[in-house]
Amino acid sequence: MEIENPLPVDISRQELINLKQKAITIRKKIVKMLYLAGSGHTGGSLSIVEILVSLYFKVMKYDPRNPQWEERDRLILSKGHAAPALYAVLSEAGFFSEEDLWTLRKLGSHLQGHPDSKATPGVEISTGSLGQGLGIANGLALGLKLKKSSSRVYVILGDGEMQEGMVWEAAMASGHYRLDNLCAILDNNNLQIDGKVSDIMSIYPIEDKLRAFGWNVLTIDGHDFESILSALKIAEKTKGKPTFIVAKTVKGKGVSIFENKVKYHGVAPNEEEYRIAMEELKQQEEELRKYG
Amino acid sequence: MDRVATRDAYGEALVELGEKYSNIVVLDADLSGSTRTSKFARKFPERFFNMGVAEQNMMVTAAGFALAGFIPYVSTFAIFATGRAWEPIRQSIAYSNINVKIVASHAGITVGEDGGSHQSIEDIALMRVIPNMYVFVPADAVETKKIIKKIMEIDGPCYVRTGRSKVPVIFDNSYEFTPGKGKIVREGKDVAIIATGIEVYESLKAAEILEKKGISALVVNMSSIKPIDRELIEEVAERTGKIVTVEEHSIYGGLGSAVSEVIGETKPVPVKIIGIRDRFGISGKAEELVRYFKLDTESIAREVESFLSRIND
Ligand SMILES: Cc1ncc(C[n+]2csc(CCOP(=O)(O)OP(=O)(O)O)c2C)c(N)n1
Ligand SMILES: [Mg+2]
Repeated sequence: MEIENPLPVDISRQELINLKQKAITIRKKIVKMLYLAGSGHTGGSLSIVEILVSLYFKVMKYDPRNPQWEERDRLILSKGHAAPALYAVLSEAGFFSEEDLWTLRKLGSHLQGHPDSKATPGVEISTGSLGQGLGIANGLALGLKLKKSSSRVYVILGDGEMQEGMVWEAAMASGHYRLDNLCAILDNNNLQIDGKVSDIMSIYPIEDKLRAFGWNVLTIDGHDFESILSALKIAEKTKGKPTFIVAKTVKGKGVSIFENKVKYHGVAPNEEEYRIAMEELKQQEEELRKYG
Repeated sequence: MDRVATRDAYGEALVELGEKYSNIVVLDADLSGSTRTSKFARKFPERFFNMGVAEQNMMVTAAGFALAGFIPYVSTFAIFATGRAWEPIRQSIAYSNINVKIVASHAGITVGEDGGSHQSIEDIALMRVIPNMYVFVPADAVETKKIIKKIMEIDGPCYVRTGRSKVPVIFDNSYEFTPGKGKIVREGKDVAIIATGIEVYESLKAAEILEKKGISALVVNMSSIKPIDRELIEEVAERTGKIVTVEEHSIYGGLGSAVSEVIGETKPVPVKIIGIRDRFGISGKAEELVRYFKLDTESIAREVESFLSRIND
């Protein structure tokens, strides 16, 4: 799971602790949002927390007061059902108030069940129907290159989502056009709705396929900040090729009762589960404070 | 009144069919728990094929199964079945008139909280426009079972629309479904309400409200959208002189359009189309959304009343 030639990331111990604290804060918000909504996607939201925190609090350029700022970097959440994670991060980054989070999925809310760019500032484009994000990212990356923009494009995909044919049409195009301003990140939690990705419809070996399609491929621990940041740095430095980061993750990460459980793909925590989850996350916070 | 989701009835009907016919195979695209094909999968694992999140490929694979002599029932959410996989359905299933049964769940706005991306309000139109395709929309669980079994007898592609939410069971087991036939489920003389799917129940309740206001509304369950029951439409047009259609679908291309196409040719009378008015769905609870989009009993009654008063002016 280690990158062969990792690029060292200059990050202080304190900064690392701050990122870890952010991840816990985001997880608490996700769990609370889903509990209050009474429905939604728990597992796949919790598995991309470190990825989103790295992007939004260390890597990407953006301006929450001006979501349409020309020079911003772009993120496309192709696996749109992980909207709660994106909303929690966007709110933490200042795009809208925390209060909005508690209206998730309710009638009239700015926070729709799946990302809706008409409703939510910071959402680049509506997603939710799987398989379309990589192609969108290609078009965006091509357009930015045409405009001589230095902005980068990030796209987060699910491993079940990789079964969609359109993803492979897009993967071919990213390689063909050598989109080095594009970085795709795979949330490789090995679960989808009906079971394990390897049992339902295997996508493996994923690295070899993408290499053959012209990608620079890196495999990392998707919950380890230093690995994520190192991989994102390599992606930025790699010229002439798009970079595909296979992030090995755990679905439901951070809350033991949700971890690696197929059931919690599309089930929100009930009151009891909410209590247990918040307790565990609080404990993680205390441990982080004590031991770093 | 019992409430059962039509997708649940589908799951049960599939198992019953599987027991009776060994040439049935079932395909799903990573939504077998939600579409309820998982019941069949547990009982007949060797005849169930999970194709992963790959709806287009699932449709053409089903066509291949049919060529090999099987009768495939194919399921996913309505938006992905009819939207994502539309052209593969047109080309590899309908164009060659291949015997594939597409039974989609989570149609309409009663999907609820998932929101507009998942709420299919175009599927009836999308399937109806394809030559050779049969289109059926059951009103309740009883009719779902009847339709799922009946389509075994049709040698050609069929689309059946089911829903996520629990809905009242309005028919008893003696109810018969005949392709190409609608049914008068309530008599009346002032206006004919032609409804489909979950709106049949809402329309029946609306007719009760209207009766109290002195308006006698006839209600038709038009579960066979294609072929549509021309004779019945012409008959109720003649008898009442005014038609209202109600569907959990866009006002473009669905039941309202199908009825208007018939009426316009042979018995021109005013038609009011009730449905989703050229917009996407949103997140909310299913019941809330039915009211929000004015597809509930009271809204239908109000619409019928104002339609009649406009005509009578
Ligand atoms: C085109 C399409 N088909 C089906 C679905 C329903 N669906 C939502 S999530 C999901 C499983 C996705 O699995 P994965 O990409 O692994 O998501 P994760 O494990 O990250 O939650 C499916 C089939 C969808 N949203 N879009
Ligand atoms: Mg997954």
